[in-house]
Amino acid sequence: MFEGITRGLSDAFKKLRGRGRLTAENIKEGLREVRRALLEADVNLTVVTEFIARVEAKSVGQDVLERVDPSEQIIKIVYEELVGLMGPVDHKIPQRGDRPAVLMLCGLQGSGKTTTAAKLALTLKSQGRKPLLAAADLQRPGAVEQLQTLGQQIGVPVYSEKTSPVDVCKNAVAQAKKTLCDTVILDTAGRLQIDEELMSELKSIDKLVKPDEVYLVVDAMIGQEAVNVSKTFNDALELNAVILTKLDGDARGGAALSIKHVTGVPIKFVGMGEKVDKLEEFHPERMAGRILGQGDMMGVVEKIAAIQKEMSEEDLKKQQEKLSKGNFTLNDFRKQFEMIAKMGMKDLISRMPGMSEMIPPGEDPEQALKRVQGMIDSMSKKEKADPDLIDQSRRRRIAAGAGVEPQEVKQFLTQFDQVRALMKQMSEMSIFQKMKMMSGLGKAGAFMPGGMAGIKTKGDTGHRKSAKERAEDRKKKKRGR
Amino acid sequence: MLGRFFSKIKKGLSKTRNVFTGVANLFTGNHRVDKEFLAKLEDQLLLADVGTTAATSIVEGVRKAFIDKEVGKDVMEFVQQKLRELLADPSEGIRYAASGPTVIMIAGVNGSGKTTSIAKLANRLQSEGKKVVVAACDTFRAAAVEQLTVWAGRIGCEIVKQQQGSDPAAVAHDACEKAKAKGFDVLIVDTAGRLHTQTHLMRELEKIHRIVQKQIPGAPHEVFLVLDATTGQNAVAQAEQFGKAVNCTGIMLSKLDGSAKGGAIFAIKQKVGLPVKFVGVGEQMEDLEPFDPDGFVAALFEKG
Repeated sequence: MFEGITRGLSDAFKKLRGRGRLTAENIKEGLREVRRALLEADVNLTVVTEFIARVEAKSVGQDVLERVDPSEQIIKIVYEELVGLMGPVDHKIPQRGDRPAVLMLCGLQGSGKTTTAAKLALTLKSQGRKPLLAAADLQRPGAVEQLQTLGQQIGVPVYSEKTSPVDVCKNAVAQAKKTLCDTVILDTAGRLQIDEELMSELKSIDKLVKPDEVYLVVDAMIGQEAVNVSKTFNDALELNAVILTKLDGDARGGAALSIKHVTGVPIKFVGMGEKVDKLEEFHPERMAGRILGQGDMMGVVEKIAAIQKEMSEEDLKKQQEKLSKGNFTLNDFRKQFEMIAKMGMKDLISRMPGMSEMIPPGEDPEQALKRVQGMIDSMSKKEKADPDLIDQSRRRRIAAGAGVEPQEVKQFLTQFDQVRALMKQMSEMSIFQKMKMMSGLGKAGAFMPGGMAGIKTKGDTGHRKSAKERAEDRKKKKRGR
Repeated sequence: MLGRFFSKIKKGLSKTRNVFTGVANLFTGNHRVDKEFLAKLEDQLLLADVGTTAATSIVEGVRKAFIDKEVGKDVMEFVQQKLRELLADPSEGIRYAASGPTVIMIAGVNGSGKTTSIAKLANRLQSEGKKVVVAACDTFRAAAVEQLTVWAGRIGCEIVKQQQGSDPAAVAHDACEKAKAKGFDVLIVDTAGRLHTQTHLMRELEKIHRIVQKQIPGAPHEVFLVLDATTGQNAVAQAEQFGKAVNCTGIMLSKLDGSAKGGAIFAIKQKVGLPVKFVGVGEQMEDLEPFDPDGFVAALFEKG
């Protein structure tokens, strides 16, 4: 549906390259693209208008650099503005020495409060704290049971009683004191911000229980209403932070910008997926990339750094050697998989704009990579060391062994070929160049964007090659290495 | 009927109606259809989540027909007409099976309001004299089965369920058997919430669809996508993906009693062709109304 902001912008700026300065006149069309992108990302219209004005003010008067695409110049300004507006973020959860800290969750129906409450509890638990969940949603049938089940799953006590939400919260805090829990999480019922009766119920919990922090839980798919919703909740309760949920989908999450811009309340955490997992910390850089449809560069860079740290120096050296020789094999690839898996592969893969091409769109990355592992494991030693050996009959055997279609094996091998070429390229680069290249990949959104200099793609010969021709090609490739 | 729908939606929308009142206000006072007017019109449509494509096409239509003319009632009627056209639905109401049980399958993303919408729909059909059974195929989310059980008890309809974690397709299978054997008029199949980007979960949904089809030829007769009116442009992607997976036949627009306008339905109708069948306008069991495009558009333009 949406191709990211880059293409439209570079079209708008084609004529501009290397010509004088950015002026209000010549960036007009480009800014319209930015506006469209932000609106498609569900950023609130009022926020978009103000935002565009800021970007315009910053852009006008800048020299158009000779060797930089003017659209990149604008994107940089837009990106920096987005990051600046959505930050800074403090990921700390308050702790009290003398009494349990109280955190209150609130939000619209179906925004994901109960799941988030469990995730928040798990996050605290993993930090060595002792949380207690309070089931204060007495409205929705089954809500208390849901929290109890989730609590059991993650081994966190749940306090519930069939009285009133206010009493549940009050007594939960007393219970936490008694059982020496250090944090209480109040899971309140979902409500419309325009429902005065229910909003005043929240206010009375706020007044009587005095939570240390109040978090608004917001569905990342929310549209223009994000502004009214967060404003009203903030007016009633003085929010400390927002938790943005369901970010594992493909919503662009423009609400993050709208909410911060209008209320000043920062996004603290994001929820990825309905399995009870830890909440992830919110990073304005990642969100900015997402809103612009650029993939998550910072997240990738960070994870790569972490992986590299984990690999021992020796391993690194060995691999570097192999890479520079170009004989990176499927064995090495498999090893890397395991490494990535350790780092929480799912996130990494789905965040890497290029890597995500390895898996069919929408497929659960974990599943897809399991299939790839299956394919590699179904190959003989020889084949793993030299994938060029794999012909049609070998492909069929591998496919049968891995329980996939032969077509998939072929597809995977083609992709591996590209990865290998890339690896070789990268081994000859400095870290800085690598990052630059990665971000280039991100913008193109694919492994092999047409214009990437220096990387050979499989040329199109215009006809189906015979087996003989293919064999020759393979030989040529080998010699070339 | 229409009057009731109108007043309910109006009630729902009246709480913070500033957005579309904005549209109505555009048409008062003396000025011409010029750039400024068109920009304002576009802004108002965008604020209602109508989306850039649909908004642009409406504004373009107005520009062509009325540029430099006086802003008057005819312009407003033109905009309303355009909006109504966008929503027009040739097949009204629920398509029932010629004989045997009618199966209605419900799908949607997490938290869109599927279970509540099902309760309302079951209640509505039951009060029309139909014998209704619901199938609790959300076996994933903790306590989802309990939630539907509570509703079934309140409505007084039958429920087919297994414990949490069991195969949803098996529940659907059992429910079809029961519906056939016991002569139920309508079977409503609840499914777990899933994001349309989760291919494996979408495949699970396809499987439920297949099982139902196998059990009762011609079923499911309707597949409704439950859509939260607060949702922004992602709603289009939802409609596309769910439509592809299980052949959706219509939309149930939930939470229209909030301040959101549900403008995404315009973009969905335009891009995916899915009509809205029902709207949820409150938290009570009775708060479900058949969708009426005329009433919806009129309510959007009603002055505060």
